[in-house]
Amino acid sequence: MTPDIATDALDALDGLVGEDRIGGAPGTEVDRAAAADGPLIEVDDLSLSYGDLSVLSEVSLSVESGEFVGLVGPNGAGKTTLLRAINGVFAPDSGAVHVGGERVADLSSRAASRLVATVPQDTTVAFDFSVADIVEMGRTPYAGRFSGDPDAAEAVDRALERTETARFRDRSVASLSGGERQRVVLARALAQETPALVLDEPTASLDVNHQVRTLDLVADLVDTEGKAALAAIHDLDLAARFCDRLAVLADGDLLAVGPPAEVLTAENVGTAFDTDAAVLPNPVTGTPAVTPLPDPGELDLRVHVVGTGSPAARVVSTLVAAGATVTLGALPEGDVAAEAARELAADVVTAPAFAGLDAETEAAARDCLAAADAVVAVDPLPDSLAPLVRDHPPVVRVAADDSASAPAELGGDGVAGDAERGGSVDRSRVGRGAERDSPPVDAAARATPETVAVGVRRALDRPAAVDD
Amino acid sequence: MAVRTRTAGWSAGLTGLLVAVALVSATVGPVSVPLPTVARAALNAVGVPTGLGVGSGTVALFGASATVPVPDISYTYLFSFPVESTSETIVRRIRLPRIALAATVGFALAAAGTVMQGFFRNPMADPSIIGVSSGAAVGAVATIALSFSGPYALQTAAFVGAVVSAFVVYLVATEGGRTPTATLLLAGVAVQTFLGAVVSYLLLRAGESLEQALYWLMGGLLRNAVWTDVAVTVPVAAVCFAVLLAYGRDLNVLLLGETDAHTLGIEVERTKRILLAVSSVVTAAAVAVAGSIGFVGLVVPHIMRLLVGPDHRILLPTSAVAGGAFLVATDTVARSGGVEVPVGIVTAALGAPFFLYLLRTREVHSL
Repeated sequence: MTPDIATDALDALDGLVGEDRIGGAPGTEVDRAAAADGPLIEVDDLSLSYGDLSVLSEVSLSVESGEFVGLVGPNGAGKTTLLRAINGVFAPDSGAVHVGGERVADLSSRAASRLVATVPQDTTVAFDFSVADIVEMGRTPYAGRFSGDPDAAEAVDRALERTETARFRDRSVASLSGGERQRVVLARALAQETPALVLDEPTASLDVNHQVRTLDLVADLVDTEGKAALAAIHDLDLAARFCDRLAVLADGDLLAVGPPAEVLTAENVGTAFDTDAAVLPNPVTGTPAVTPLPDPGELDLRVHVVGTGSPAARVVSTLVAAGATVTLGALPEGDVAAEAARELAADVVTAPAFAGLDAETEAAARDCLAAADAVVAVDPLPDSLAPLVRDHPPVVRVAADDSASAPAELGGDGVAGDAERGGSVDRSRVGRGAERDSPPVDAAARATPETVAVGVRRALDRPAAVDD
Repeated sequence: MAVRTRTAGWSAGLTGLLVAVALVSATVGPVSVPLPTVARAALNAVGVPTGLGVGSGTVALFGASATVPVPDISYTYLFSFPVESTSETIVRRIRLPRIALAATVGFALAAAGTVMQGFFRNPMADPSIIGVSSGAAVGAVATIALSFSGPYALQTAAFVGAVVSAFVVYLVATEGGRTPTATLLLAGVAVQTFLGAVVSYLLLRAGESLEQALYWLMGGLLRNAVWTDVAVTVPVAAVCFAVLLAYGRDLNVLLLGETDAHTLGIEVERTKRILLAVSSVVTAAAVAVAGSIGFVGLVVPHIMRLLVGPDHRILLPTSAVAGGAFLVATDTVARSGGVEVPVGIVTAALGAPFFLYLLRTREVHSL
């Protein structure tokens, strides 16, 4: 302890008379030639623990220049720890982190902060600094103790311009909104002019619009300036949209690394986050979209669902999540509900699209209905399915809250064709003509797709199991 | 550079204020001296050190005594205006040393207070928070109660007590090369409490010297000020201040939190050690010659933060100079009443209500 103090006293005086001797002369770029033939950020067999608690075990990961890698995983997986090992805040127990060919643990924080800039999770600044002051702090690694940094003004202007924050430059950072402040902190990181950028949950406290803008900006910086970026991102869909590759971290281990479409599988997501999830392409962007499903409950039943379209898909997903064995049908091949149900491992009875309900399909559907402990009907029900429901009365009827979605008729090429082809169905319709406007079984309980599991439990008069 | 311009402007203005306050203060006292006379006498007192010799002093403890060498500095004076000799003596021998010492002590305490508040990111932090004042009190009261005498025995004991207690707090709070500020704060409170008990015990045993000890605890030492006190304190304050000023940018970045500061290139633990050590020394030096004076290091930085903002490159020099002016002014109040009171009473009596006012009207709570 005493030698420390003595050294520090000398250092303190040293700071008064000369340039800071740590990390080379100010303004000199760290030699990056060594990095030219390898990835810019290279993590090798990194292990790190807090006391007895192991946080990362033998993690290996690399990020190239011009690449944006997303780090996803549950809370407590070690994402922040990994980022802090890369920027040099934490020293590894074993293994190493190299950035630009330099071993980060061997560098002074001044030298490390010329290689890696960090956007922290919490960007709250409690002090009345102006935006320009905050961004100028990004020049700290280049500033001499008294001489300052001759390039500061230019670098700050550039960073403000790049992040579209120049118009705030004289405002107090405390007066900015969360999204604006996030961009200011990103500007601070840009002013550091580092080849590598790590971001810890840069979108955690932002609204949807600012989440997209922030990640878009990072992706753009990576593309245009060739930075290597590694960002911990909570939102899997956003991570899939903006990142070149994703790394799934769970419990201190890397589960998978690769392009989003390969990494974000229901299995990986399920393992990492310890939850059931459906992964389907996002209808707008085409990137994988992950839908975590609620904690499976105790609905230990066979439930048959009659219905079509997205309301039926939601019903199936809720019931599967509640632990029920779900069958669905009959419905046309290619219906959204059929695809979703298969994804969720439910049995589906389908008829070929536009072919109507043939006898074979109907028989298969009736078998499922007969075997089920409970039947759920999803309104509005196509006319062709009405007889199935009449013979096996549903215990719960789900009203689609989504009135825009029209019922998909089986054999959707017209009522006449329907009547000709589906003979048995047709006859029963005739017989029931008078009742058509009222639901066949009014005793059925009403539910929404989200409450259907509870509805089934109540209808069967079973005590509702505690869900979580 | 905008920061430097602003710093220079504010510092120049406040230095002018300090000089004005000092001159006015020198006119106040049992004998009223007109301002022009004060100004001339003050200029006559401006000297530069030109020689260093060795004199001798006597150290005595429990009746035994010994002779020790003490430094002896000679000065060359720059001006010799004609001034009436009684006035010159009053101003130059009695009032100016006291004013100069008060200015230096206020300067040192406010500088250390600014650094401590930034360092701890805590608006209630002041130089005493890491046990410096309590340590000095133990040293000083022990010297008084045990009748230890000698040249600068009191000051030396207070200084040593202050530095030792700050070091102990630092050691207690440090584990594995890291010193978390929260631990440091708690260790400081614990050590202060313990040392408070020691001081209380010593006061019980002080007997006839109780009044003298109480005077020290209330910051009453300024009334004995002589030029030698100033000559010893100014260099310490100047060097420490220069070091702290050199760390102004680092202090700014530390306000963002230690992890952020690390990623922005600050050697966090090393910087903390330097800031702690230097602030402790400068506080110890001030308290050793003036006695325990509260609130200067707490209130002045807050006021200046409201005026100039949180940037330590401006805040630190302006707070320091304002602290000097503040203590000269409060000390003038302390000695201008019918009965002289220790300045610590005045700073607390004026500072605390003013602080409460700020707390209710402005955002002092956000540091």
